[in-house]
Amino acid sequence: MNTDNRTIREIEDEIVEEFSMFEDWMSKYEYIIELGKHLPLIDTKYKTDEFKVSGCQSQLWLHAEMKDGRLYFSADSDAVISKGIIALLIRAMSGHSPAEILNSDLEFLDKIGMRVHLSPNRSNGLTSMINYMKNYAKIYAGQSVQ
Amino acid sequence: MMNKDDKAVEFIRDSTVKSFNVHELRDLFPILGQHVNDKPLVYLDNAATTQKPFSVIRSLESFYERFNSNVHRALYTLGEEATQAFEDSREKARQFINASSRSEVIFTRGTTESVNLVASSFGETVVNAGDNVIVSQMEHHSNLVPWQILCEKRNAELRFIPVDSNGNLKIDSLDDLISERTRLLSVTYVSNSLGTINPVKKIIEKAHSRGVPVMIDAAQAAPHLKIDVADTDCDFLALSGHKVYGPTGIGILYGKENLLEMMPPYQSGGEMIKEVKFSGALYNELPYKFEAGTPNIADAVALKPAFEFVENTGFDMISEHENSLLLLATELLKDVEGIRIIGTSKEKVSVLSFVISGTHPYDAGALLDQMGIAVRTGFHCTQPLLQEVYGLNGTIRASFAIYNTADEVTYFADCVRRARNMLA
Repeated sequence: MNTDNRTIREIEDEIVEEFSMFEDWMSKYEYIIELGKHLPLIDTKYKTDEFKVSGCQSQLWLHAEMKDGRLYFSADSDAVISKGIIALLIRAMSGHSPAEILNSDLEFLDKIGMRVHLSPNRSNGLTSMINYMKNYAKIYAGQSVQ
Repeated sequence: MMNKDDKAVEFIRDSTVKSFNVHELRDLFPILGQHVNDKPLVYLDNAATTQKPFSVIRSLESFYERFNSNVHRALYTLGEEATQAFEDSREKARQFINASSRSEVIFTRGTTESVNLVASSFGETVVNAGDNVIVSQMEHHSNLVPWQILCEKRNAELRFIPVDSNGNLKIDSLDDLISERTRLLSVTYVSNSLGTINPVKKIIEKAHSRGVPVMIDAAQAAPHLKIDVADTDCDFLALSGHKVYGPTGIGILYGKENLLEMMPPYQSGGEMIKEVKFSGALYNELPYKFEAGTPNIADAVALKPAFEFVENTGFDMISEHENSLLLLATELLKDVEGIRIIGTSKEKVSVLSFVISGTHPYDAGALLDQMGIAVRTGFHCTQPLLQEVYGLNGTIRASFAIYNTADEVTYFADCVRRARNMLA
C-alpha cells in the first residue's frame, strides 16, 4: 500500500520528468510496455464483466477499494500497452483521497504527449479508464455517479 | 512539364512494353508520398480500402466542376452529359464483371448494401419458415448478419460451410448442407481475414446441380482477380468500389435478369418508378427499379477510371507483383520468433494475417503505427471465424496492393521483429 504522502500533482511531475528523458515515442512505448509487464496483478475474482472498462479495444478490468480514507486501484488487461497506460494512471491516482482524485486534471498525459500519440480508439480507451477511476472516486466520496 | 494525367497514360502505354515499374506506378497515388509519425507511410491495409490514383481523384473533381446535375430526367445539356457519364460507368462495370447486360448492373453504396438488398428483396421473397440459407464460416459480417436477420425473421435456418485449419472451405460438406429447403447460398470469393481464394466455380456448380442460386461476395476478390459472372455463372455478385482503387460509398450488385425481374424493389421513391398515381405506382425497368432516389452520381462516374486503372495495369501483372510481395512477407515473417500465420491456404491473395504468441494484436498494431506502418488489428469483421473457429482474440493483418514495394515488405518484417522483441 502507498505510504507515499506526495500529491497527485507531484507524482505527475515525476512522470513528466521521466518521459522527458526519452528521445522518441518508440522509447516511450518501450517504457510503457515495461510498466505494463510489471503492473501488480488484480485479484482474479475481479476479472469479470462487472469490473470491465467498456470503451477499450482490448479487455481491461479495474477495481478500487478504500483504506484509511485513500482509494487504491488495481487493474489488468490482455494488451500490454493498455496495462502500461493504466499502470501510469494508477501510479498517479492510487493511494489518494477520493476528493483529490476527483480534482486531478491529469495534465501529465498531455505533457508527455500521450493523447497525441495514441490512436483515436486507444485515446477513447484512455478517457474511459479515467472516467471509471473518477467514478470510483465519486462513489467513495459519497456522491452519486453521473 | 507533363501533368499527372499524361503521366498515367504514359505509364499505361509503357507498362505494356516494359516490365512493371512499381515506383512509376506509385507516382499515380498522391497519398503514398506522405510521412506518418515522421516515418514514410507504409500503407498495408489495402484489404480495408485501397488508395486512389489521380485519374479517380480527377474524375471526382471534374464531375463537380463541370458536369454536376441530376441524372436521367434532365432535358438540358448538362443533365444529359451527367447521365451519359453515369451510364458509361455502368457499361464499364458491366465489362469489368463480364455481365451480359447493363440492366443486370445496379449501383449500390457497396457490398454491404448489395447483400442487404438481396437478403431483403430476394430473401424475403423466397425464404420461408423451415427453409435454410447457406453461408461459410469465413464470411465478413456484411455477408453474415443480413442472413442472420433474414433467417431470424423468417424462422429459417442459417447453415455454415466449415473452414479447415489452413483456411480452406470444406466444400465436400455442401453435399450434406444443401437440402430441398435450401433457398440460397451466399459465399465470399476471397476471405478478407485469411486471404483464401475460394473455388467459387465449383461451389456454384454444386449448388446449381441441386437447384440452389448463389450469391458471391467479391469485395476482396475484385482488386486481385478477374471477375467473370458469365464464366462462374453466379446468380448475384457484390463488390465495393473503394476496394478496387475507386471511391467510397459506391459499389455494384450484379443479378441475373430473371431473378432481378421477380424481386420487389428494395427501397422506393424517385427514380425507381415508371408511373405514379395516388392509387399506386408502376415500377421502373431494370436496373432503375433498384436505384431509388438520386444516386451517388459522382462516385459512380469515378468507378470507371478505377476499373480502367485495374484493367490497364492488368490482372497478370497484379497477380505476379502481389504474389511476390506475399511470398516475400511470408518468408520473412516465418523467421520471426513466435509468429504464427493465420490462413495458410495454397490459394491466397496478398493478405497476411498473423499473431505473435503471448501478445495482443493491438499492441503490435500500435507499435507498427509508430513506425509508419498502417496494418489492421482485430477481428477484421470476421469475429466468429477468428474467435470460434481459431480461438483468437484477433490478428494483425497486412494486405498488399499493386503499389506496395519489396522494400516496404522488408521494412514491415523488420518492424514486426522489433515489435515482437519489445512485447515478448
